[in-house]
Amino acid sequence: MAALKINGKTQEVDVDPNTPLLWAIRENVGLTGTKYGCGIAQCGACTVHVDGVAMRSCSVPVSAVVGKEITTIEGLAQNGVLHKVQKAWIDNDVPQCGYCQSGMIMAVAELIKNKPKPTDADIDATITNICRCGTFQQVRAAIHSIASA
Amino acid sequence: MNYIPKMNRRTFFVTAAAAGGGLALGLDIPLGGPQVIRAADGSPEVNAWVVIRPDNATVIRVVRSEMGQGTITGLAQLVAEELECDWSKVSIEYPTPGESVARKRVWGDFSTGGSRGIRTSHEYVRKGGAAAREMLKQAAANEWKVPVSEVTAENSVITHKASGRTTTYGKVAEAAAKLDPPKDVPLKNPKDWKIAGKPVKRLDTVDKTTGAMVYGMDVKLPGMLNAAIKDCPVFGGKVKSFDAAKVKNMPGVKNVVPVGASAVAVVADTWWHAKTALEALPIEWDEGPNNKVSSASIAEILKAGLDASEAYVGNSNGDAKDAIAKAAKKVEAVYAYPYQNHACMEPMNATAVYTADKCEVWTGTQNGEAAFAATLEASGLPAGKCEVHKTILGGGFGRRGRSDYVTQAVQIAKQMPGTPVKLIWSREEDMLHGSYHPVMQCKMIGAFDANNNLTGLHMRLSGQSILAHIFPQNLQNGKDPLTFQGLMPAGQEHAFGYGIPNLLIDHAMRNPHVPPGFWRGVNINQNAIFIESFMDELALSVNQDPLEFRRKLMANYPRNLGVLNAVAERIGWGKPAPQGVFRGLAQMMAFNSYVAAAAEISVTGGNKIKIHRIVGATDCGYAVNPAQIDRQVAGSFVYGLSGLFYQECTVKDGHIEQTNFDSYNSMRIAEMPKVESIIMPTGGEVWGGVGEPTICVAAPAVLNAYFAATGKRIRTFPLKNHNIAMA
Repeated sequence: MAALKINGKTQEVDVDPNTPLLWAIRENVGLTGTKYGCGIAQCGACTVHVDGVAMRSCSVPVSAVVGKEITTIEGLAQNGVLHKVQKAWIDNDVPQCGYCQSGMIMAVAELIKNKPKPTDADIDATITNICRCGTFQQVRAAIHSIASA
Repeated sequence: MNYIPKMNRRTFFVTAAAAGGGLALGLDIPLGGPQVIRAADGSPEVNAWVVIRPDNATVIRVVRSEMGQGTITGLAQLVAEELECDWSKVSIEYPTPGESVARKRVWGDFSTGGSRGIRTSHEYVRKGGAAAREMLKQAAANEWKVPVSEVTAENSVITHKASGRTTTYGKVAEAAAKLDPPKDVPLKNPKDWKIAGKPVKRLDTVDKTTGAMVYGMDVKLPGMLNAAIKDCPVFGGKVKSFDAAKVKNMPGVKNVVPVGASAVAVVADTWWHAKTALEALPIEWDEGPNNKVSSASIAEILKAGLDASEAYVGNSNGDAKDAIAKAAKKVEAVYAYPYQNHACMEPMNATAVYTADKCEVWTGTQNGEAAFAATLEASGLPAGKCEVHKTILGGGFGRRGRSDYVTQAVQIAKQMPGTPVKLIWSREEDMLHGSYHPVMQCKMIGAFDANNNLTGLHMRLSGQSILAHIFPQNLQNGKDPLTFQGLMPAGQEHAFGYGIPNLLIDHAMRNPHVPPGFWRGVNINQNAIFIESFMDELALSVNQDPLEFRRKLMANYPRNLGVLNAVAERIGWGKPAPQGVFRGLAQMMAFNSYVAAAAEISVTGGNKIKIHRIVGATDCGYAVNPAQIDRQVAGSFVYGLSGLFYQECTVKDGHIEQTNFDSYNSMRIAEMPKVESIIMPTGGEVWGGVGEPTICVAAPAVLNAYFAATGKRIRTFPLKNHNIAMA
């Protein structure tokens, strides 16, 4: 058993401590907004925040995050108000298939927190998620729209 | 607003016409009146496309699949345009294949590939919207006892101007649903469109930003177990044996089952447990006859085809071989294009539950009817006892037109009757069991006369046929016409765009054992690289400007010329480029759309390409949603350029070597060029597609720019094999 604090709520999860956080979130906690894409921390579809830091949950064992604050895409909105990255995504019609976007939004949310007005270079250096639909042009525009809002 | 199909929501009651008990979920026959088909909340269906609730909320039902390309939003725009409904109250739902069968395919073809979603549905969905509008107007006219010609409809409100009366769609929908549908309602002139043709927002975005969207991967059913699968890595191989006893006591494991002749699955409480046990499961394969095949051996077979005496002719005029024999000057080049995997972000998956009386499947599919057929076949149950519930797709790109993963899910579920089982492929399984972009080599010979006029061209393709593998019944006396996408005779949907006095384009079909499939753009990917690179080679061999050289051959191809001129003008062709920046361009016609691209790049160290800018032009006849077209153009460039720079599935000992994104890379945001999309629809009878055509012009435009920058002509792909990377 491991006690995971996810989106502000502590839950006992009955898993082997080596289980990737991704699968504990999806299968044991039942939050499916965090996606499986590669399992080897390449694509970023599984990105969540651990103590405010974006991490690829497919490659983080549950044992490493016990007692830490985990935020998933479902926990990004606060009190029913969407996060500004989510709003920007809607305003800019960013998602295509949308499967990578939970992870993309989580990665961008961390970037925006650290650098409220990121440059293109900041974006290029920080956002390394794969999007096979190729939404990058809208992702970039949406990020800049947050900075200029 | 209500978005996209929710899971487990059997919305619609199916009529008594349903074939078999499994589909006849409910009947609602008002006494003494015609039968009205109702949504689960009781709202009437005006016709198959349109359900209207009392508050004017309008549910539009379409059967093409949404995989990111925006098709269901575009189709809803077309229905809503004719319906004259309030767009802000529109939502979409998918009818199921079972409902379609029960209602004689009233919604038409489910298949969502070949950039067909809108271009081959637009007429019947618009007619559906128009018929519903007329029924609603008629119902109001009947209530008011006035001629229908005196009432008008707009924004879900019906008005009788003479008497000043108004009512709403929601109020008359019940009465409208009982009317006979009108025949031959004229459609609007696209010039008068108010919803279609506009850059309205997609209808499926909010749930895709909150994690609420349910993909096949996210399906949950009561009592559901999860399965991980391993199919023989060597295509054509089989399972010889597996030792279930070794893993049956591992955590969560419920079952270990054979799947068909070639695969084994572990079923467990969670997928992580299933995958962990599968990795520990001893499996012995009978690899069959293909376990010595390699990329090199395949390349040798294709190479021999380049000079083979027999080939299928795809396009010809004059006598190309004679022109080449008599040429004052000849130019020759050989190109090659590799196997590639679709690598959808969401690996293949399907959930199935089987009993002797019913088999149901939940899955993301590009073809609900094919998934339904696969369910019937794998379950052994008749249509009336099967159903497929479509989810939104986490990418399709052609891969999810196949139903192999659906078949497997049903085969597993059938061995555990009554228990829902979700089968998820690992990324590794997805990479090893793709439906690969076919391999192709191409030898081109161009002939010039003494005055440097191009007198002949022979383009010999040698490589794999998709149809021979997937739809052999569609071959034409052995020929695979799709091999010639972008190279076909005039009048076809993938026509060649140059007039050359003596032309021969032929194909030596060589089919290795690796299963080929439809990969976004399909055969235009390699055909555009071949012909558009070679056009530059030809032009430069006679010291002519690549644009001017093409223009001379395009006098009879005004729409090809239109898009080419548009990108040339926007990129500034003929004017000085910024210091260190070089340009290239390309054009093609495919899926009944005319497309062109012009790129600006710079190169550092001879092998680091920075793509600054690509201008893409599309003449798709009609533009239903310009904002979504812009996104498809930019997205197609990412997909095509990822393939050009990074992606190759190599074959060793009969299996694919690349197993994940670490060995099969995809473009990131840092590499994304600025994409400027020019949408220039020119109307006409035929509507063109959008999701695929532009994919093919980015790569040759970049390759031609790379030659301009370095003097190096690259003819084999991906570019990583030449140590060339994106900066």
